[in-house]
Amino acid sequence: MTAQSDRERAVTELVKGIWRENPVFVALLGLCPAMAVTNSAINALAMGGATFFVLVGSSVLVSLLRSWIPKQVRITTFIVIIATFVTVADYSLHALAPAVYKELGAFIALIVVNCIILGRQEAFASRNSVGLSALDALGMSAGFTLALFMLGSIREVLGNGSFFGVPLFGAGFEPWVVMILPPGGFLTMGTLLMIFNWLSERRKRSAQLLLEGGAA
Amino acid sequence: MNLTNLVWIFFSAAVINNFTLSLFLGLCPFFGVSSKIGTAFRMGVANIFVMVITVIASWALETYVLVHAPYLQLISYIVVIASTVQFVEMVIKKMSPSLFRALGIFLPLITTNCAILGLALFSVSKGYGLVEGIFYALGAGVGLTLALVLMAGLREDVELADTPKIVKGTAMNFFIAGILSMAFMGFAGLFASH
Amino acid sequence: MSAEEKEASAFSLVATLGVAGFLAGLFIVGIYQITDPVIKANEAAELHEAVFKVVPGSSQLQALALDNGSVKPLAHGDEAEHVIFAAYDAAGTFKGYAVPAQGPGFQDVIRLIYGFDTSTGKTTGMQVLASKETPGLGDKIIKDQHFVGQFTSRTFDGGELLAAKSGEGTLPQHVDTITGATISSKAVIRIMNETQSLWKDAYPAPGAEPALAAPAEGE
Repeated sequence: MTAQSDRERAVTELVKGIWRENPVFVALLGLCPAMAVTNSAINALAMGGATFFVLVGSSVLVSLLRSWIPKQVRITTFIVIIATFVTVADYSLHALAPAVYKELGAFIALIVVNCIILGRQEAFASRNSVGLSALDALGMSAGFTLALFMLGSIREVLGNGSFFGVPLFGAGFEPWVVMILPPGGFLTMGTLLMIFNWLSERRKRSAQLLLEGGAA
Repeated sequence: MNLTNLVWIFFSAAVINNFTLSLFLGLCPFFGVSSKIGTAFRMGVANIFVMVITVIASWALETYVLVHAPYLQLISYIVVIASTVQFVEMVIKKMSPSLFRALGIFLPLITTNCAILGLALFSVSKGYGLVEGIFYALGAGVGLTLALVLMAGLREDVELADTPKIVKGTAMNFFIAGILSMAFMGFAGLFASH
Repeated sequence: MSAEEKEASAFSLVATLGVAGFLAGLFIVGIYQITDPVIKANEAAELHEAVFKVVPGSSQLQALALDNGSVKPLAHGDEAEHVIFAAYDAAGTFKGYAVPAQGPGFQDVIRLIYGFDTSTGKTTGMQVLASKETPGLGDKIIKDQHFVGQFTSRTFDGGELLAAKSGEGTLPQHVDTITGATISSKAVIRIMNETQSLWKDAYPAPGAEPALAAPAEGE
């Protein structure tokens, strides 16, 4: 492989998780945290940050150790590694940011069973070099954080009339409380998926029109 | 604790704070195996089963082991849940092959269901004892089953409806879930007013 | 991938898991040692702040446990099912009790703490510690100044606090409920009544409160 294609591969692994293979919007993984903690932008970012730490940490470690871990016990070993990183994240957040920790509560501990993390270890980190695994994990967690941040911002702005706790509208604004309640999570996600479907349909149609136009 | 308290714990977990529709736990099976009412119901029953056993196991861990080493909570729970599921699978296979055939493929899936770990963690953080924990697990399991079956019923009907192309599939499922979740909000206050 | 080609021996399987478990344990214990004191200090600070807020003028506290119908000081580090806090001012003079209470609210359990002065029979304050009441409606039990403020001077005369429509309360045991959050406000009143009935015969007679144990908190 030439240096050029190596760099291209690295960029591909980094970028794919952010949009094209976005873990939440495209693969529909990690839905529990994506809905449960996105009632405000700040909670969404905190969850994204914790997941980022766990995913990048365990991907690098799994990739480093990949030739020493026997195949038969790999899943168990991955889970032990992930659970360790999650415990570290849990305790650190509890000590450093008690207010945020109170909001997220048990959902930090539940990162352990977030399918994105185990999925990336099994599908990528256990078969690729440390560098690529780190890039893959970076991209995936960036995509996850982006998805959470989108959901959290939309829900906070509509449901509470604020962004990062700063009120956006005048006193006359009646917040759509339902958006920061559980149904709002499902409805926001449904609406976003619908918009993405619409965009991709439109792109497909215009590509087809272009093709037909070119042929004529 | 007294009976009213246990009844409240059960209904709170089952409908007021439904695990799936208001705490967003167990969304994978909720969207994954809710296309047929029959399978949804079996999945729910398998979950109730594992939940009750998990809550007993986590109570024992918390009482006898974790008082000395609280920092091992997460790791030990995960290991316990994984082995419980495997153990339950073996026992059912031996004791009742027909039940095993009915639940079989769902049991391994439950290990990665966050509702189970969530149940164990919530039960401890709420300070529930053994009996309260079992009622909590039963409530959570019944709530999960209820949500799964309702979702499956609605999906079977919507499947036949003429919906716009862009909402077909997952987007539609989220809208259905949103409406169900709104309906479940009506249960709030069930025990607060008197 | 040598591990995939040759069949790994049982020994290497067990060894891998053992090493992984050992290292994980070591790492977790390390982070626990570092963070635990900070977490404990944060929690203690939060509790102190709440107690000092509901018992005006207090700046020291000691935990008391329910013991056969009366109260006894709880040794530092011990736990008990029912605990209240006796609050003292800087000179060690008794100022009042802070009573933690909890019970079902509109959505989930509401946890709160209220101050009670046995010499006047009046509540001295109330603060909600944790609740999941509906944002914008039920959560007014935390934010509504009038609602929270009235708990500085209500009595349990006749055994319990009574709910009244906003602005219509006339008696000292009447608590105005919040319009639009009636169920949540009534839940607060009910939780306080239930907890008060548990403690009302256990409070020491005014003047006979346990003295503040010398070094209350190690830290």
